[in-house]
Amino acid sequence: MTDATDPGRRHSAGHHGGDRPVDPVTGHETTGHDWGGITELNTAFPRIVIWALVLAFSYSVIAWILLPAWPLGHDYTRGLLGLDQSEEAVREYREMERARADWLAPFASAEFAALASDAPLMARAMPAAARLFADNCAACHQAKGTGGPGFPNLVDADWLWGGDPEEIAETLRVGVNSTHPDTRVSQMLAFGRDGILPAGDIELLVDHVLALSRGEDAADGPGAELFAENCAACHGEGGVGGLGIGAPALNDGDWLYGGSPGQIRTTLRQGRQGVMPSWEGRLSPSEINLLALYVERLGKGNRNEARE
Amino acid sequence: MLRLHYNLEKLSMGMVVGIIVAASIGGAVEIAPLFTIDETVVAPDDLRPHTPLELAGREIFIREGCYACHSQMVRSLADEIDRYGPYSLAGESAWDHPMLWGSKRTGPDLARIGGKYSDAWHVAHLLDPRSVVPASIMPAYPWLTRSLDTRVLPGALATLAVLGVPYSEAMIDRAETDALAQSRPDSDAAEDVLARYGDAVALRSFDGDPSRLTELDALVAYLQSIGTLTAAAQEELEEAGK
Ligand code: HEC
Ligand code: HEC
Ligand code: HEC
Repeated sequence: MTDATDPGRRHSAGHHGGDRPVDPVTGHETTGHDWGGITELNTAFPRIVIWALVLAFSYSVIAWILLPAWPLGHDYTRGLLGLDQSEEAVREYREMERARADWLAPFASAEFAALASDAPLMARAMPAAARLFADNCAACHQAKGTGGPGFPNLVDADWLWGGDPEEIAETLRVGVNSTHPDTRVSQMLAFGRDGILPAGDIELLVDHVLALSRGEDAADGPGAELFAENCAACHGEGGVGGLGIGAPALNDGDWLYGGSPGQIRTTLRQGRQGVMPSWEGRLSPSEINLLALYVERLGKGNRNEARE
Repeated sequence: MLRLHYNLEKLSMGMVVGIIVAASIGGAVEIAPLFTIDETVVAPDDLRPHTPLELAGREIFIREGCYACHSQMVRSLADEIDRYGPYSLAGESAWDHPMLWGSKRTGPDLARIGGKYSDAWHVAHLLDPRSVVPASIMPAYPWLTRSLDTRVLPGALATLAVLGVPYSEAMIDRAETDALAQSRPDSDAAEDVLARYGDAVALRSFDGDPSRLTELDALVAYLQSIGTLTAAAQEELEEAGK
């Protein structure tokens, strides 16, 4: 606060014995300070604020006693209520688990046929499976399971490892080329980079694969012999795939890495080794079985829609 | 009432002393616990320090401001445990300087991201998030394909060693070689990385191109290591509330 500007007033301004000037308009006492003719009313601190402060401070004292509050060197005061945020969280989490158990627990059995035919159970569980899929799988396989370059489509009839719930559950549990000790392993060799085939042969094979994918009878083509020698062991005679070793069928129009001549050339030159993470540990066995049924239905549902 | 304050306000030196006393109470309450932090935050027995490559990735994570959108702390709330996994323990980041818990979540928490996705997914996602998550609002980081500068690593490890992270002389001396070797599982030096940092360390060409050590290699190695340096949080959750 600046000093009063009126020297004559300065004396009385210093005192606070109740002899301060009174504002003639409001009848209120002023602070006694005078800024070039402007004075300030000496209004009392509002009662309600004082009460709010008293309440807040009293609550804090109560809280110190009841709740964890003061740091004490290596420890802290625990409070009479003994509350602990992480214990609370775990308790609530276990409650959540228990609440889910009545519809999730049956999925521990892996009796997929029996589970799938239990309509009320599936109606209860499928929304939860959709949420699990969105949280864990959609980043790679997309929200509707349609996949993208390098990430397989889960809604078509084309399976690398098999589309039975048992097979799907196993793929989820151990992953493909993952860090799990029992992982499924697959590798498309780098025929070009590793010098297994010369560039000319690779060009012949690119044409052959394209012909196969168009469903043409390429058995007499220039690449046919090369294919039988180098590729059929994994992709099957005529590229039919389906050998359960993760090598895709090449005689259809569906591509994992892309079906342009350039993309096929890259596949043959650099090789491919897609990684599907293992979900054991991150998801419970029941959740994995639940998702396996969800993925199986995802495929069936979409195929039925496509047919309609 | 409140006469004391009335008089104090007119004594400028008295007022200054009063302000200093009041402000230092607030400061002391916040700062004092930090003096005992070494005893209150206990590093779990199985905690391993970051490898030099992961550490380089952590620096890139900080440089690019990833923490502005991603926290690395699962809060102790039931919904968070359900979505992300075990809640974070202070000890998990005992050797992180600075820790990257964060509080702002424009994207998901990353404390349990290690192992959730494949290296190839991270590479695609960092270079162009929309290529794998069509609705993503995360920025693209196409420049991460440039070569990694490993020259600062020995100094970085030595500094952390001063702060109490158990980096040995050998780890500091070999930091640059170890960074390269971790991305080349077939090289002779790769075995040394495992010997120094433990068998749980991932030896892979993280960006899919073993011929060059890039910033992507480092960042993906770091992302894949987050949450895997100790099993303490997992164990604590399994034991608690059984
Ligand atoms: C990091 C990306 C990624 C995530 C996340 C992911 N997958 Fe996969 N998934 C893949 C890749 C890549 C393959 C193909 C592996 C190969 O090359 O054989 C695959 C394969 C599969 C297969 C086998 C397909 C077939 O044709 O046999 C199924 C089933 C599957 N994933 C389901 C899931 C489910 C369910 C989830 C969520 C729990 C999930 N995936 C999460 C990348 C991912
Ligand atoms: C050792 C087994 C093996 C051999 C031999 C092999 N492949 Fe493959 N191939 C695979 C696997 C496994 C994949 C799938 C890779 C993945 O999922 O990441 C694949 C993928 C492909 C693809 C990509 C398909 C797509 O949908 O994008 C093409 C094209 C292909 N192989 C062609 C060939 C040709 C041509 C040859 C012979 C020169 C050959 N492969 C030999 C295992 C093999
Ligand atoms: C502007 C905010 C923003 C910044 C900055 C940002 N992100 Fe993201 N991030 C997101 C959003 C939003 C998502 C969710 C959508 C998606 O998956 O792309 C995400 C997702 C992710 C995921 C997948 C998480 C999961 O569980 O699915 C990872 C990993 C990730 N970001 C890493 C990074 C890294 C590394 C950086 C720094 C180089 C970074 N982010 C910077 C917003 C951001």
